[in-house]
Amino acid sequence: MMVTGVPILTLLIALPIVGSLALLALPNRDGSKDQTMRLGALAISLVTLVASLFLWAAFDQSAGAPAFQFVERHAWIPTFGIEYSLGLDGISLMLVVLTTFLTPIALLSSWEGIHERVKEFSIFMLLLEAAMIGVFVSLDLFLFYVFWDVVLIPMYFLIGIWGYDQRLYASIKFLLYTMAGSVLMLIAIIGTAWLHQQATGQYSFDLLKLYELRVPDHLQYWFFLAFALAFAIKVPLFPFHTWLPDAHVQAPTPGSVILAGVMLKMGAYGLLRFAFPMFPEAALAFAPMLATLSVIAIVYGALVAMVQPDMKKLVAYSSVSHMGFVVLGIAAMNVQGVQGASYQMLAHGISTGGLFAVVGMLSDRRHTRLISEFGGLKAVMPRLTAAFLIVTLASVGLPGMNGFIGEFLILLGAFRWEPKFVVVAGLGVILSAVYMLWMFQRVYYGAVTNEENRHLPDLSVREWAVIGPLCAMSILMGVAPNLFLAPMEPAVTRIVQRMEAREPMRVDAGWRSWFTGPAAPVTARRAGEGQ
Amino acid sequence: MSTSAFDAVVPVVCVALAGLFAMLAEAFRGKSEKMPIGGLAVIGLLGAGFASILLWDRNASSFGVLTADNFALFVNLILVVVGVLTVLFSSETIERDGIPAGEYYALVLFAIVGMMLMAQSNDLLLMFLALETMSIAVYVLTGLRRDQANATEAAFKYFLLGAFASSFFLYGIAFIYGVTGTTHLERAGAAIAAQSMADSPMLLIAVGLLIVGFAFKVAAVPFHMWSPDAYEGAPTVVTGFMSTGVKAAAVAAFARVFLSALGPLVDDWTPVLWVIAVLTMIVGTVVGVSQTSIKRMLAYSSIAHAGYLLVAIIAANDVGKASLLFYLASYAVTNVAAFGIIAMLGSKESANDELRDYAGLAHSHPALAALLTVFLLSLGGFPPTAGFIAKWYTFSAAVTEGYYGLAIIGMLSSVVSVYFYLRIVVMMYMTERDARPAPPQVPGLAMAGLVVSMLAVLYLGVLPAQVIAWAEQSIATIF
Repeated sequence: MMVTGVPILTLLIALPIVGSLALLALPNRDGSKDQTMRLGALAISLVTLVASLFLWAAFDQSAGAPAFQFVERHAWIPTFGIEYSLGLDGISLMLVVLTTFLTPIALLSSWEGIHERVKEFSIFMLLLEAAMIGVFVSLDLFLFYVFWDVVLIPMYFLIGIWGYDQRLYASIKFLLYTMAGSVLMLIAIIGTAWLHQQATGQYSFDLLKLYELRVPDHLQYWFFLAFALAFAIKVPLFPFHTWLPDAHVQAPTPGSVILAGVMLKMGAYGLLRFAFPMFPEAALAFAPMLATLSVIAIVYGALVAMVQPDMKKLVAYSSVSHMGFVVLGIAAMNVQGVQGASYQMLAHGISTGGLFAVVGMLSDRRHTRLISEFGGLKAVMPRLTAAFLIVTLASVGLPGMNGFIGEFLILLGAFRWEPKFVVVAGLGVILSAVYMLWMFQRVYYGAVTNEENRHLPDLSVREWAVIGPLCAMSILMGVAPNLFLAPMEPAVTRIVQRMEAREPMRVDAGWRSWFTGPAAPVTARRAGEGQ
Repeated sequence: MSTSAFDAVVPVVCVALAGLFAMLAEAFRGKSEKMPIGGLAVIGLLGAGFASILLWDRNASSFGVLTADNFALFVNLILVVVGVLTVLFSSETIERDGIPAGEYYALVLFAIVGMMLMAQSNDLLLMFLALETMSIAVYVLTGLRRDQANATEAAFKYFLLGAFASSFFLYGIAFIYGVTGTTHLERAGAAIAAQSMADSPMLLIAVGLLIVGFAFKVAAVPFHMWSPDAYEGAPTVVTGFMSTGVKAAAVAAFARVFLSALGPLVDDWTPVLWVIAVLTMIVGTVVGVSQTSIKRMLAYSSIAHAGYLLVAIIAANDVGKASLLFYLASYAVTNVAAFGIIAMLGSKESANDELRDYAGLAHSHPALAALLTVFLLSLGGFPPTAGFIAKWYTFSAAVTEGYYGLAIIGMLSSVVSVYFYLRIVVMMYMTERDARPAPPQVPGLAMAGLVVSMLAVLYLGVLPAQVIAWAEQSIATIF
């Protein structure tokens, strides 16, 4: 590692925070400095992006490298063994880069749509970025939870202040849904730390230590459910998805880009990093149930997307469908499945971020997102059409685009595990082509049906800067997947190997404990066992 | 340093002297003369604070009934903070409302005398006297705006019900005396432990009566009926003072009596408190949701917080017992500051405490709106604020003690409470201001107090280790 001694992860989190404090200190009367705010926030997010790319360059991808790199540890609340401990493996690395990549794009995409309170907007976006990075690099569950909850506050304000008509309802629903899931997770986190104390005499929220803990079945059952619920709401998995269409449709464009691009991944990341490896027996037992819900999400999301008159809502439901693939890959818990899930997280972040950005551009021009208001835009805005086509095809999963790699790997992994899920999930692949291309056709092909559309301007330079990188990345990820798969490979293998050594618990053990009380004593697993 | 018999009373004496001087100053004040009586109060309170710090770890006791163990001193410090903040927030608002300063500050100080004595008393009779000292001062404070009907109603209601509850408390003391032959907490506790009187009906009656008395003072369901009315009728600064100071003192005395003297009966009183805590959390949050007056909303919120404090008492074990003090500290700072803001937004004619009155506050008072948001997020238990650490600490005590049900109910109720805290945020940030006049500017001293409170809330939320360590040292002296 090149950067030993430099707390680079802390720096990465601190950069946007310090930047937002600097913006806060700038006086801004009546919007006179809006442009300064925009440029300032963009500059800070670009510096953060560069720092994260530097992190990627310094990351050791070889097989013998330590599981978590750039580790920082400091005592925080010593009584409970809570540490400020950061570190990242390949999966977190890629998600951090996704976050720092999408934030400047989201900021740029706001320049037309956000005119009020630009200062606050920029501050919230930067705080959001810091908190999301924190989620992906925390190695201490307490710290993770803190970031996890902190993420909600700026997003709540982004939807609530700068959103569309129903923003208040959507923002509160978003916040309460997520919180209700996560407080139960907090109880499970406390319970796990307490079990660690029972087993070893010391409290610990350290993820690596908790990995070594054999949680008794009857508690694992409930703890896994608490974790899985929190993450399923975030993903969102059917039937916990109902907050998502509201939040997405009401959120301003940059909010949607971040929400779909990064925040949904927090749920899948949580399953992969915490819920499955910490409670492997319960996770294996519940995997078929998760997979069932995820294939329902795939098909249901696609069918509902098909009938949406509103482009933004269509993309929102397509997210439900695409994220269903991610959960399916995780549930399969073999190398292909997990690799595919990790890749699909990145791909979906890029392509859905792109879709929301383009829909936002149309909405900036026409102040409507209804498909029926458009038609024949290809003749009016050829460049925007091309960009939209690229992200659409990426989202659909055309071979050679980023969506294909992820979905293919997931289906491969799921097939090796339980072919029956693949049959249904495959349907989702076809349906996604149907609803996306149908929307594309109605918006861009044919004659211009609405006179208002006839003189819409094509992409501006700023919009090129928004959509260009996303299109380029969609193609790059499709043709050179190994660039992104390679860093994640050791992390994926490690998770899968940990899980392969386990047997699923009996699902009724949890229910039984309700009546018979706990039976098995807690034991610390011997070092090396289950590796 | 040698200890003398008077050491333990020093903090109380500081505050009491300041109170007396405040009364004297008011007596000699010319009709239109202005006197910095608030400054006097701050000096007395800071003196009490320094005395409490100096007495730390010395376990001083006076006259056999008054102790200055770390537990009491920690609570004293919380009360000093509450008192100083109250004074800072009052300076402008009482003038605006036409409340005589000398009277007002004297009452606040005497109430704090009673609160400190409650935390420090080691004898049930002294505790009763302290409770009455505190209560009578607070009854009067509640009704200070004599020209307003709802203030008079509030004070009267509070006084009647409070007197009733006090008599329950006194009756409980009588039973304890009847069974153990003493009102001294340590001796009573020893007698109970020695004779294993768990089944004695007299003792159980005593426990029940004491619970009623304390539950009334901390405003726990079903003894909470007075609090929304009293909180609404009182001048808003006083509401902040009552909802934190009275609660802190009552919870401290509650913990001291139940965890130390009545500790041997833990299996008897735990189920009762469990039910009370659950009811308090649920009623506080669910009824809070339907309120449109912010004062009433925060009144119900402080009922809910009483529930969380009860959880801390129920779950007191080696791990979590300090959570009680930590929770008190973070709740006190947050709540007194939140009410301080609401007080400053009021006017002489009206408290301006309807939700609608806060529409667009982020435009007219961006700093105030941001501060209130921080305090509300802390009350709702969001990281990185004090409220999150406090809730986490309390519920980890509950989980480690095996009270998963309590923890789940508490956590979910706190999600519900987030809904109504955020309604205020929605008003401030996401609603356009209608054609009302903008509320007045905030005086510098009060603003300083608010900023310090916010820093404290964030400090407790980000770097809680030191305060947790102090809380652990202090609770160790009683349990």
